[in-house]
Amino acid sequence: MKITLNIWRQPNPTSNGAMQKYDLDGVSEDMSFLEMLDLLNENLNEQGEDPVAFDSDCREGICGTCSLMINGVAHGPEVTTTCQLHMRSFKDGDTITVEPWRADPFPVLKDLIVDRSAFDRIIQSGGYISVNTGSAPEANNLPVEKAKADRAFDMATCIGCGACVAACPNGSASLFLGAKITHLGELPQGQPERDIRVVDMVAQHDHEGFGGCTNIGECSAACPKEIPLDVISQLNKDLRTAMMHGH
Amino acid sequence: MAVTGLVFIGYVLLHMYGNLKVFAGQDAFDEYAHHLRTFGEPMLPYGGLLWVVRAVLLLSIIGHAYAAFTLWARANKARTQKYAVKKAVAATLSSKMMRWGGVTLLLFVIFHLLHFTTRTINVNGDKDSPYDRVVSSFQPEMWWVAVIYLLAMCALAMHLRHGVWSACQTLGLTNTAKSRARANSAGVFLAVVIAGGFALVPLSILFGIVD
Repeated sequence: MKITLNIWRQPNPTSNGAMQKYDLDGVSEDMSFLEMLDLLNENLNEQGEDPVAFDSDCREGICGTCSLMINGVAHGPEVTTTCQLHMRSFKDGDTITVEPWRADPFPVLKDLIVDRSAFDRIIQSGGYISVNTGSAPEANNLPVEKAKADRAFDMATCIGCGACVAACPNGSASLFLGAKITHLGELPQGQPERDIRVVDMVAQHDHEGFGGCTNIGECSAACPKEIPLDVISQLNKDLRTAMMHGH
Repeated sequence: MAVTGLVFIGYVLLHMYGNLKVFAGQDAFDEYAHHLRTFGEPMLPYGGLLWVVRAVLLLSIIGHAYAAFTLWARANKARTQKYAVKKAVAATLSSKMMRWGGVTLLLFVIFHLLHFTTRTINVNGDKDSPYDRVVSSFQPEMWWVAVIYLLAMCALAMHLRHGVWSACQTLGLTNTAKSRARANSAGVFLAVVIAGGFALVPLSILFGIVD
């Protein structure tokens, strides 16, 4: 396959970036999208040019490190992460536009790499449970209803990649917030801090400069883990409950 | 946003009910209009209820617009560098039209108040009877008046279609896939019923069913 790439190049956080065009030959349809970029970088290295910087780690769709806005869609045309997207999803001769996540709370560090520390700070503000240290408790001491355990597990699949923010026309991280709040809120261990968690996490989210949710639904459609929109409703419900409790 | 939106939904439902009285004839329509002003007498002064309703609506529109512009400003601030290519995968047309559609509706409401409430804009002779004012405004020779109202109803339908669903989300009522589907259906249902109910009046006059 032969493809044309339009890639955002930006040498450092403070400089202005621009789209740059690259022609790439010898792309196999069995390559993952990131392997295709590796091939481009090998060529660029050979030509003595600066390779394209992008994030990746596990390359098996579970760590949330890879990102990329591909032809205007977060993680590209399939419902999966960029590392699990394969070139067979494209055709010979295609032009592919590759951009970093665009959100001011996710500043571009270099080329396609953005700083997602804002998500870490949101988690630090309330995305945890407090437990006593010591030996591990007996697992069966704390029964959890099947339906709640299932929902908590489904929401815990959020890998914090930031696709929801990237896809959201408002630049909101509400789906991420909702996934974390629903995950912990369904479990008994999450109850003592439930009210303060949602209040603090929403405050941190707004403080980071993410936009407000208007329930358009682009986030859920872009989510590689298919987190449903009802976590945003759950987030709002928990926030309402916390406010009624005087927070 | 959601709470003030629900106030408007309640209001437009009552307003639509009043409008449909046009099909009951001139006497019923004019009596209904008169009754709105004498409602609650002697506890309330003449037109008292209307002023209470107007105050609630005015506060709601201020709250609704304030929340909308805050969200709009936050969205612009959250993404100052736009995408070169951005595709909408799931967004409905209605959801994309919320902001400019809302501004359009606000302009329409101002026109509508100048037309039927203050009677500053006089499209086809000023009449004393509310029924006559409605019927004369939507005559075929004044077709552009009907067009303005019908376009506004399209904007209202789209605003309701996304607004109802979005309000349910904001109020935390849609925590399951089933309730989300219900909220979406409620949005479509209210959009069709309200905008359709309103549109019946100018359409019936335009085509001579009501004269």
